[in-house]
This record gives sequence, C-alpha cells and structure tokens, in this order.
Amino acid sequence: MARKISYKQAINEALDLEMRRDPTVIVLGEDIVGGAGAPGEIDAWGGVLGVTKGLHAKHGNRLMDTPLSESAYIGAAIGAAACGMRPVAELMFLDFMGVCFDQILNQAAKFKYMFGGKAKTPVVIRAMVGAGFRAAAQHSQMLTPMFTHVPGLKVVCPSNAYDAKGLLIQSIRDDDPVIFCEHKALYGSECDVPEESYAIPFGEANIVRDGKDVTIVSYGLTVHRALDAAEKLAKTGVQAEVIDLRTLSPIDWDTVIESVENTGRLVVVDEANPRCSIAGDVAAYVAQNAFGALKAAPQMVTAPHTPVPFSPVLEDLYIPSADAIAAAVNKTTARALAA
Amino acid sequence: MNERIKPIVMPKWGLSMSEGKVTGWLKPAGTKVGVGDEIVEVETDKIAGVVEANEAGTLRRVIGAPDTVYPVKALIGVIADDDVPDADIDAYVAEYATHAAEEGEAEEAGPRYEFVDTPAGRLRYAKRGDGEPNVLLIHGFGGDLDNWLFNIDALAEAGTVYALDLPGHGQSDKAVKQASLAGLSTAVTGFMDALGIGRAHLVGHSMGGAIAAQTALDHPERVASITLIGSAGLGEEINSGYTDGFVTATSRRDLKPVLEQLFHDPATVTRQLVDDLLKYKRLDGVDDALRSLSEALFAGGRQSTVLAEALKGADTPVLVVWGESDRVIPAAHAGALGERARAEVIGEAGHMVQMEKASRVNELLLAHLKA
Repeated sequence: MARKISYKQAINEALDLEMRRDPTVIVLGEDIVGGAGAPGEIDAWGGVLGVTKGLHAKHGNRLMDTPLSESAYIGAAIGAAACGMRPVAELMFLDFMGVCFDQILNQAAKFKYMFGGKAKTPVVIRAMVGAGFRAAAQHSQMLTPMFTHVPGLKVVCPSNAYDAKGLLIQSIRDDDPVIFCEHKALYGSECDVPEESYAIPFGEANIVRDGKDVTIVSYGLTVHRALDAAEKLAKTGVQAEVIDLRTLSPIDWDTVIESVENTGRLVVVDEANPRCSIAGDVAAYVAQNAFGALKAAPQMVTAPHTPVPFSPVLEDLYIPSADAIAAAVNKTTARALAA
Repeated sequence: MNERIKPIVMPKWGLSMSEGKVTGWLKPAGTKVGVGDEIVEVETDKIAGVVEANEAGTLRRVIGAPDTVYPVKALIGVIADDDVPDADIDAYVAEYATHAAEEGEAEEAGPRYEFVDTPAGRLRYAKRGDGEPNVLLIHGFGGDLDNWLFNIDALAEAGTVYALDLPGHGQSDKAVKQASLAGLSTAVTGFMDALGIGRAHLVGHSMGGAIAAQTALDHPERVASITLIGSAGLGEEINSGYTDGFVTATSRRDLKPVLEQLFHDPATVTRQLVDDLLKYKRLDGVDDALRSLSEALFAGGRQSTVLAEALKGADTPVLVVWGESDRVIPAAHAGALGERARAEVIGEAGHMVQMEKASRVNELLLAHLKA
C-alpha cells in the first residue's frame, strides 16, 4: 500500500527490506551507526544526515562503522562483494571518491572483464551529490560524469522517493558495481511510495511530463527545475516534455530519441560542470542519431565551469534555474516563432 | 433554479480525481442528445474517457473549453429543451455554483479502500451502497478493482457493491496460493466468508468472469446470478500476444502497445495508465503471480478451462456482455451459451467494455440485478 514518505526514508526502507530479504546484504560506512569506537549511544547518528538511522536496531552487526579511511572501507566493500556478499557502502559525499578511486576505477569496474566474466562485484556505493546545501566546494559537486565515463560501473541518480527506493533495491540486486548518487537537497522531498519491495529496471527513463514542442532531459534535482520551467512555458503556449533519465549508466537513449523525434527540439539540463558532462553526452548523441529530426540546435543548461561557490548568493546562481531552462527552450523555439 | 435545465459537469472518476481536462466536444452546441449519447471527451492524469448525457434534450451551451482543466463538478455544458428561453439558461449558468470544494463529500463517501484477512491472504476491496442484494465485482488478469471505476458507484443504487483485488493483484497480497480457476474461486468465496456475505450477484470481467462462472457451478447456493463481461471460460481462443505481452513487458515502451489492445480506442491508454501498471508489475511477487496464473489458465494461447457446457446445465441466471471489437477474447464467445443467457455485444468497445461503454453496461447490469 502506498503512502507518502521522504526520499531519505525511502532509501532507509530499501536498505531495511533488502537486509531482511537477503542475509548477504551488509552496510558499512563512516558513522552510519554511532561513530566507530566512540563512547555513547549506539545508533546516535545513522550516517551524516541520518539516512541509516534505526537500521542497527533491526539488523545489528550487519551494519558496521568504519575507520575514517575511504580507501580502506571502500576497498573492503569491493573485496567482500568479490567474495559473495552484497555490501552497501556509504561514502558521505561523492566528492570524497578521489581518495578511493583506484578501488573503484581499477578494481571494482574491471573484475568482471579481466576475469573473463567469471567474477561478479555486486557492491553499491551510496554517496550524496549536488549543491544547494551551503557545504562549499568540497561537499557539493555533481561528479556523475566521472563515473559514467568508466565502463563497468553503473550510475544511478534518482529524483524522487519512489525512484530512490526502487532503484536502490535494483542496485543491491544487480551483480555489477553501482554508484548510487543521492541529491542531498531532495532528502526531504516526499511522494507516494508502496510499502512493498519493488525494483525499477536500469536504463529506463521516466517521462514526467508530456509535451509536443520541446524535450527537456535531466536527472536528479534539476528534474524539478525542468518541471518548473515547463509550467512557466505552458503559460506561453509551449508544451515541454520532461524526461528524467534516472540512470546515467546504462542510459535510455531510445526514450530520448523517440521524444526528440516527436518534438524536434532538445534542451539538456545537468547540474554537473559543462565539459564532458551528461548534458554534452546527450546533446552529442541526439545530434549524431536524430539530426534529421532537429528543428534547432540542442541547448545545454549546466552549472558554470567553476567550483561550487560558498557564497549563498553565488551558489543559488550556480544550479541551473527554471528561468535559465525556460530561456534555453525559447532559444530552440525562436526560429519557429519568428517564421 | 429552473428544473428543466440540466447541467453537464466535470465527472468524478474515483476519489483521487479532483480535476479533469476537456479535450474535445463530440457534439456541437444545438445538437439534440439522448440519454447515453457521448457528448464530451475528458482526460484525467489517469485515464481518458467520455462524458455521456444523463438527460435527453438539446445541448444548449458548450462551456468547457478544449484543453482546459476544470475542477470536478464544474459546469462544462447545459442541456435543456428548445423551448427553455436563452435568458433562463444564461441565468442558470451565471448562478451555477461549483461545489467541488465542499469538504464533507470525501468523508461521506467513506474510505476508498479497505482490507480484509482471508485464507487466500490479505485482500483489498472497495464497498459502496448498502442493503440487499450484494454485488461482487471481480476484475480480470492483471487488473484491479479500479477496472470498475465507472461502474461501482452507479451499481450502488441497486444494493451493496463490493469490488476486490484478487490475490496477486492490485494491493492485495502478491502470493497466489493456488494458481488455478478453482484456487481463485476459493479466494472469492473466502472473501465472501470473511465479510459475512452469504449470497451475491457475481460480475466478472475476463478472467474474473471465469472465476464467477466456476463459483456459480461449485456453490450455486451462494451465487444469485453471474454477469460475464468479455469473459474467459466460454471458448478456447485467447490472444496470447496480449497475455504473454502483459506478463513479459518490463518497460513503458513494451507495455503500451500491449495495453492498447484492451481498448477500442487506443488513445484511452495514457502515459499515467501505463506507468501505474508498471508500478504494479515491479512489485516483488507480481511477476511470479502473473506467470503462474498465465501458465495455469492460458498456456500456449489456449484457455485451459471452458465452462460453457457446464453453465448450460446450471440454473444460475447469466448475463453476457462483450465489446464488439474485443482483441483479447473474441466477441464470438458471447454466443457460447446460446438461449441459456442474454448476450449483449456492444459496438465501438473493446475488452474493457465496462470502462469504454460504462453507462450501457451499467444499464444492462442494473436491469439484470433487478430481474
């Protein structure tokens, strides 16, 4: 039965249900229980923003607080996955991947390939992404393109609580390493989520709004900005279709192409920095494979090519806004309107 | 207000509907309309449908503008006889109050859904109306109680109407303990036991029709009559492209063309309808439930159980209703019971005839229940 819960609760519920279903599922990370070796109340923290709170009481030592060494525990999680467990490691901020990138890039992503398909690495690495949290340049990045660049990794970034639960369950059941990106600004957002377990297949984008004039493609927080833009545009007579990619590797090219074939116009919205971004990837793919359908040049709306500013005023300007998205849409329709 | 002036309002299809969009008028202003004539097309976030005339007269005013969203019960048109003066109609329109915002209404209708524990698991159901007789609506393969969205309230004027989610379906428990017609029939009688329903008129759609027929054969004392709508169990043919497609589709792209086969007008299948069914199909246990039922009931594109001969020998009153362009189970099966049953084949309707031609089906059902 469906009821409204938050994105954060949906992630907690997915972990709880999968731990109940499968005894090989374990959860490890910094402060996910109570702080490693620290005196005081167990389960005081439940992770830096409390996502895993309450799980220790239900599953005990299958949740492990780790030392403050990402290279150690991400490596441990990957090794445990190679040995038959299904670990879910929480890395706090995706920004911290730098210190454990060999384990992810050269180990987890390569095992299946280098052992001739005989090895599997069913590990999930959960991490927060995105700006808007006043957490400055080292805790706010949208580094998704760094992971989509690596074959062998699956990359997921849900935009709502329903998808967060179903995609995390699918991530845990999947036999490949999954980078599960949680937008911290969405943790409080609520929607209808079934109480039961369900898995959303990878590589299936969600059409969140139907429209015939322009296709807006996005993922994560900016899906909501795109919807705000579509609402504004509707008042000016422009019907925007909004596609939430949901998973970036694999990516649902078919849905994007089909939509552009109907609308003839493409705007891609990405909170990542512009160079070699998801936006650039989608725009290039559409230009190459649906050029004949395009009535205008694809537009990209991204963060600027700068670190995320600490100044609240500048940080708010950094994330693609509904106005910027609407302006990009208007660029794609300008020729038609002038004609 | 002038009682000769009849409003056409934005309908309320299910408790979750608060507004709907007028997508187009099928009759221009000034047209004579009869009861049941399709007047205006309306789309909600769940489904596209048609509003039919409840009164005969002339369509004097077309108020709802195409592509515009109106709250439930908003005035979108006016029917009146030709001799009602224009001034009266204008005054009526000016005075018409939208009572969509009236708070008490949702409470008055009671909770949309309830749950009951039965030997076949926890089952969800909806209940409308009160008093005798009892009517139990049984949906088909892969369906749920919302398949009766356009029927349940209309039938409530005859008595107490129940619609359940079968095991493995809707929001009922997903485990199907006995994946067979007999097993599902036992689930239905178990449901009746749990709610203290001694005897009921069973109305079944598709697979639900076969369940109703099986129940009438096994427990005639508990079944006042059966209505078989686009029903399984009356012949061997069934469109395996539909049943297999429904079981195997995992994406919107695969499922949409499958669902379009359910309707005479494929445009009825909105993105939201497809998304809602995908959400159901993704729940743990649903895939197993659908596969085991499909294997037991229509493996290889043939229905495993045909009850037509047995029904000819039984006493339970039977009404058969079919959509003429049914692409799942052929409308030719409507004649399988010969003189034994009243059979109505309705034009411009597909497998989901109870949704596509709701008022005609409701009319047939009410007459059947009263007979």
